[in-house]
Amino acid sequence: RLFYRYRDLAPQLVPLDYTDKPNVRLPYELIGSMPELKDNPFRQRIAEVFSEDGDGNMTLDDFLDMFSVLSEMAPRDLKAYYAFKIYDFNNDDYICKSDLEKTVNKLTRNELTPEEVSLVCDKVIYEADVDNDGKLSLEDFQHMIVRAPDFLRYYLIPN
Amino acid sequence: HFGSSVASYFIFLRWMYGINMILFGLTFGLVMVPEALMGKPYGSLPRKTVPRAEEASAMNFATLWDFSGFAQYSVLFYGYYNNQRTIGWLKFRMPLSYFLVGVGTIGYSFMIVIRTMARNANEDGGGDDTSFNFSWKMFTSWDYLIGNPETADNKFASITTSFKEAIVEEQESRKEENIHLTRFLRVLANFLALCTLAGSGYLIFFVVRRSQKFALEGLENYGWWERNEVNMVMSLLGMFCPTLFDVISSLENYHPRIALRWQLGRIFALFLGNLYTFIIALMDEINLKARYLPPFAILEKIVKYNMTIWEASLYNGTIPENSTAPPIQVDPADVPRGPCWETMVGQEFVRLTVSDTMTTYITILIGDFLRAVFVRFFNYCWCWDLEYGFPSYSEFDISGNVLGLIFNQGMIWMGSFYAPCLPAINVFRLHTSMYLQCWAVMCCNVPQERVFKASRSNNFYMAMLLFILFLSTLPAVYTIVSIPPSFDCGPFSGKTRMFEVISETLEHDFPSWFGKVFGYASNPGLILPFILLMVLSIYYLNATSKSYKEANLELKKKLQSVRKRELLI
Repeated sequence: RLFYRYRDLAPQLVPLDYTDKPNVRLPYELIGSMPELKDNPFRQRIAEVFSEDGDGNMTLDDFLDMFSVLSEMAPRDLKAYYAFKIYDFNNDDYICKSDLEKTVNKLTRNELTPEEVSLVCDKVIYEADVDNDGKLSLEDFQHMIVRAPDFLRYYLIPN
Repeated sequence: HFGSSVASYFIFLRWMYGINMILFGLTFGLVMVPEALMGKPYGSLPRKTVPRAEEASAMNFATLWDFSGFAQYSVLFYGYYNNQRTIGWLKFRMPLSYFLVGVGTIGYSFMIVIRTMARNANEDGGGDDTSFNFSWKMFTSWDYLIGNPETADNKFASITTSFKEAIVEEQESRKEENIHLTRFLRVLANFLALCTLAGSGYLIFFVVRRSQKFALEGLENYGWWERNEVNMVMSLLGMFCPTLFDVISSLENYHPRIALRWQLGRIFALFLGNLYTFIIALMDEINLKARYLPPFAILEKIVKYNMTIWEASLYNGTIPENSTAPPIQVDPADVPRGPCWETMVGQEFVRLTVSDTMTTYITILIGDFLRAVFVRFFNYCWCWDLEYGFPSYSEFDISGNVLGLIFNQGMIWMGSFYAPCLPAINVFRLHTSMYLQCWAVMCCNVPQERVFKASRSNNFYMAMLLFILFLSTLPAVYTIVSIPPSFDCGPFSGKTRMFEVISETLEHDFPSWFGKVFGYASNPGLILPFILLMVLSIYYLNATSKSYKEANLELKKKLQSVRKRELLI
């Protein structure tokens, strides 16, 4: 079923027959216009994380990976791993203060003042950073997110 | 979008609506409907008919709006009800039902207010884990299921507001306080507030005295201001003093939620103080007049004497010792009436409620809507920027609205014993004001500058409501227990005290041993030890609940330290 969704995005590019593994990549604009993702402020990052070359153009495998991680059946740790990658804007395997600032601005559509944004980011680092290096590593993030009551409820796109 | 404190006001309003629906159900179903269906119809008894003198104007809109005329002589007010012990084929005991519904509405209100307070206290005690507050807000607040732009917009707005609330909490907790300066400023502010309260009380006293003087000299000599001076002064005080309190509270530098509570408390004290000064000044006046007016007992005798004389006049001059002559048919509208103070009291309450409702609606329309229209359209041709400077759009006044709601409910509780129609009027009023205020907030108000999270329990509002409930039921209870009901109207006419209907019912409708048991049980020797036992059990339960709360906190702390330890390992 997901294959037909993938195909419907660009019927002229995607062949029906996948037995010889054609190298078809759908550009980000098509993925970002899907109804599940088009209102999501993080859609660009989601596409980048799941695409092979990190630029948002997804093959069928990437597409299926994305939906499987976001489905109800994915285990919590797997979701936490991918969530970490989504919020890590500069791909350095740490969520640093600038990543946090970008996240906040995307969530509030730039309505908070710079001082407020800075305050929020400092508070987040204070709360979640256990090894005290000023940024969040994967372990810090996972430790914090598995206890969140809303994480599984909201980080979900059912098929 | 407007923050959780505005939302909490509307939740409170909705809860009040639920209570009023139930009160309405009780009064309508058990008092008004039986009397309308099974009681004697309009025009059959003197108390149910408009007197001949008033008949001409009884159907005018002005009279009906004032709740006299046909409205007064209907199931809406106390005076209409007949004192027959049972009515209709169902043998429905009307006076008993009236009494029990009156007592029952008060009892039910007490129960539900206290139950809600207890439930809120439980929720509060649970608390939540706030160790990752900001992190969770940042990483888990977006709902990935959102698929349409409008919902997305709302979600963005609510996330922004939620961040702002959390930021305010954080800023407040970080504020460095110069303790001595703050304490001095707070003492100063309280002193100023007390001065304002005392000043307003004195002003009211002075004005009422002046109006007595005017009345003695005849009201015709004075213009509109002197005639309505007392009402105007009370309304003006009610409008300006809260703003003054607002200015004073900026000295105090409290967390916004605590500042709101102080504000509410002060306005509450203002209204109570005004009311009491007003009543005291009135009492003075009544006592003055009462020296010249006979008390009710003598009035009663006078009216009864008049009635016998009038009856005699029907028999052409002779006053028969035993009326063996056939009764002459007289139109009930012509029979002279005794005074009916319960209906008058009920009418006053109904008029007060209606005028209060009108004032609220007009204030919303003018204060919010017209102001918004003015600011929006005249901004183009005005010297300074109307939207950011004065007057700009109005903010939603939480404290004013909450207090209005609570005082209004107090009026309903006070008056519903005398006017069974009050809960119905209130249901209608709450219904319309819910929608009107919702529309006004969305269209004409802007969110407050500093949004703050409302306390999760509404216990502060509940506590005020409980206090007002207690105060409002005092007058009704006093009249039930010590004042004889009017002899000529209402379901208790003819009895010396209203609660006698209970003893009468026990005598007639229950087997005799029941009456004896009741007699023993109401012996003071039994009741006093019972009260003592209840006080002791309250004390015991209070002590155990405190110890449970402390144990809870200890466990939470242990849990946190265990978690931190397991992470570092």
